Amino acid sequence: MKIHEYQAKNLLRNYGVSVPEGYPAFSVEEALEAYDKLNSETVVVKAQIHAGGRGKGGGVELAHSKSEVQKIASKILGMQLVTHQTVPEGKEVQRLLIESGINILTELYAGIVLDRVKKQFVFMVSTEGGVEIEKVASETPEKIIKKWIDPNAGLTREQAVSLGKALDLSGDQIESAADILMALWKVFHDMDCSLLEINPLVVTKENKVMALDAKMNFDSNAIFRHPELKVLRDESEEDSAELEASKHKLNYIKLDGNVGCMVNGAGLAMATMDIIKLHGGEPANFLDVGGVANPETVANGFKITLSDPNVKSILINIFGGIVRCDRVAQGVIDAMETVKVNLPVIVRLEGTNAKKARELLNDSSLDFLVATSLSDAAEKAVSAATGGAS
Amino acid sequence: MSVLVGNDTRLIIQGITGKEGSFHGEQIRDYGTNLVGGVTPGKGGQTALGVPVFNSVQEAKNETDANTSVIFVPPAFAGKAIIEAAEAGINLIICITEGIPTIDMIKVNHVLKNLSTRLIGPNCPGIISPGKAKIGIMPGFIHKPGEIGVISRSGTLTYEAVHQLVAVGLGQSTSVGIGGDPIIGTTFKDMLKLFADDDETMGVVLIGEIGGSAEEEAAQWVLDNRFSKPITAFIAGQTAPPGRRMGHAGAIISGGKGTAKEKIRALKSANIHIAESPADIGNTMLKAIQT
Repeated sequence: MKIHEYQAKNLLRNYGVSVPEGYPAFSVEEALEAYDKLNSETVVVKAQIHAGGRGKGGGVELAHSKSEVQKIASKILGMQLVTHQTVPEGKEVQRLLIESGINILTELYAGIVLDRVKKQFVFMVSTEGGVEIEKVASETPEKIIKKWIDPNAGLTREQAVSLGKALDLSGDQIESAADILMALWKVFHDMDCSLLEINPLVVTKENKVMALDAKMNFDSNAIFRHPELKVLRDESEEDSAELEASKHKLNYIKLDGNVGCMVNGAGLAMATMDIIKLHGGEPANFLDVGGVANPETVANGFKITLSDPNVKSILINIFGGIVRCDRVAQGVIDAMETVKVNLPVIVRLEGTNAKKARELLNDSSLDFLVATSLSDAAEKAVSAATGGAS
Repeated sequence: MSVLVGNDTRLIIQGITGKEGSFHGEQIRDYGTNLVGGVTPGKGGQTALGVPVFNSVQEAKNETDANTSVIFVPPAFAGKAIIEAAEAGINLIICITEGIPTIDMIKVNHVLKNLSTRLIGPNCPGIISPGKAKIGIMPGFIHKPGEIGVISRSGTLTYEAVHQLVAVGLGQSTSVGIGGDPIIGTTFKDMLKLFADDDETMGVVLIGEIGGSAEEEAAQWVLDNRFSKPITAFIAGQTAPPGRRMGHAGAIISGGKGTAKEKIRALKSANIHIAESPADIGNTMLKAIQT
């Protein structure tokens, strides 16, 4: 789960990390009120969307007066902000963060991520702040300094100080940077984060170390123990079909192709997308209906797949294990009687009671293409989507 | 010989009285696996699936001499359940549970580092040695005893691979789902080591997917150790978009890393036979073993 920068900064503030004073604004009026509260000559107007690269896309601007705030806020609110992390058509800006301007001396980087190989979280800092860290990692990896975190001890003071020194800081700055790094680890650990990035972490001309930006993601497996995070979720940032699917406990990801697919199991669902591509088609989605493919999940799966107007055919690929294929087949038949499906449906069922399932499908009055194998299914689905003979 | 599970297995089920534990436990027992007990705190003294239920793993181990445990405990408590089994001296733990918080698994692995216990999973279908023992949620009947080892990060895609192997006449020595989470106990590399030493295993099918670098590490291990048995691999997620979690918590291309392309390149460089299509896993293995 992702949250907005202003929400992350509020959490950081609670943990004693210094961040610029700032207020969220959902309208131009609120932006002006925020300006009045700030009492700062220069303010920054920042678009709040769940994507990085906002500055380059024109979503972050300085304002030096109330009238400039008015002008800039009116421009950014409602704009389609395009960054390297958004979809090509961009993301509509619905929220702003109005923040005091900061006199930046140096821009640094600090981040915590999971190291899957070492099975530990790793704290990374770099003197190369304010640029994409992936770029630093690939071009000058020696400029990223890492400390792995012992799960029992957490980030130690010694590690934090050593990271502070690695940031080319001196004197008091090292101690205040270490304080911030310790606080970052504490919030990361307490809140079950999956990623925390401060880019940039800055030293101000007044010799203060401060988090100027904040990106915070949470481990979706741990949300159950953080009910306080629920209110921070911004559903307008999520794809509406994906949101709907998640409410039915289905795992759906929209893609650009025209062959819809409905599969049980994530690995098989990815493999089904891959085989569609190998047969010259493009998958329209990833959809894992999970282990229990009953009529209700199948019907919901149909509805969600059909909500994408690009879909020209639907491939159902179920490997029955514990779930019996004949029950899935009956589910498909029932679902197609309740949900109007005007597209070719290709069904491939294998595993427990597969033969009985094929008979059920063949005997029904509904129009299915029953596939004999995985490749046959892909071929039929692609051919149907491209309007070829099937 | 099969690896990890077989006729010596003495199994307990943690969460035996729960919905999942009792449903799958029954099928595990009926497959012929040597089920000796179960654990549900507070239900000690009862009987479930014809075996005694204990309050703790330690008690169960003392009374039944269990050496293996399968965990069907909800995600909030599963990390603790793994640690309990490991500290009680269980040799092999198979954790089926999906959705365990990452930080819990980091703590689990930290504990396991100093113990001789092996963990399989979590978020996996389990392990089966056809005809001997089934410890997990896979359909037993699709498997046939034989000479191919199967290692996979997936569930139903593993069944698909097994189905294809059987269709071309290849049985399995052991098939193991190592799990779809970013932090798992036993990796591809660990399983390859076991299959290398198993006389019965003549070839290995490896089913990987996007995310992480476990496939690349396995390829490097194969090169470094001159693993001589033929390996066939399929990598799922060749069409997956970057930055999106594809169902499994560990299946994500992040920062341009963990793509199917990189993995296939690494596997090819270790002379591993790649099935380009998920429909060709069985055929590719058959060809590899015949050459």
